[in-house]
Amino acid sequence: MPMAAAQIEAMIREGIPDAQVEITDLAGDGDHYAARVVSASFRGQPRVRQHQRVYAALQGRMGGELHALQLTTAVPAGEDA
Amino acid sequence: MTDDAQARIQELVSANDVLLFMKGTPLFPQCGFSSRAIAILDRLGVDYESVDVLQDQGIRQGIKAFSDWPTIPQLYVKGEVVGGSDIMMEMYESGELAEMMTDKGVAKVG
Repeated sequence: MPMAAAQIEAMIREGIPDAQVEITDLAGDGDHYAARVVSASFRGQPRVRQHQRVYAALQGRMGGELHALQLTTAVPAGEDA
Repeated sequence: MTDDAQARIQELVSANDVLLFMKGTPLFPQCGFSSRAIAILDRLGVDYESVDVLQDQGIRQGIKAFSDWPTIPQLYVKGEVVGGSDIMMEMYESGELAEMMTDKGVAKVG
């Protein structure tokens, strides 16, 4: 079963409480998504660690039922990465 | 996942400055994300090795735990995981990837 965008968003928020999450359904098929996750808690972390935290929030679904999630992470605008 | 696979992954990562775990080979990538990762490395002109995880189930499963990273491809530089194709593309476009290769003293092709 593919995941709904709302579920992806809810799981990321659950794992990273201050996160602003934007989900785009790339192909309109409920299976290929892009996510942009912005959180002040990413500050000072290398990108690989930021992505690992999003994947951790998705609790193993990434690479499984969620096979295509194009991920971008950032700290809130106006703050340095 | 076996300890044997973890030991083999560690050996591969230690032995190669730039190593891409991918699906397929650089000439015949078997997935769009792996293909994109190869295109980036070719553009950078760095010397790299690749491991086709489709040929080795132990590595295919083991690499996810080894890196704490759920998907393939995965790029390693000097023993450290850099990320998958999204991070590679972002870092390539911003020039960070080339900078990192230079900082780490990675050899160029030829």
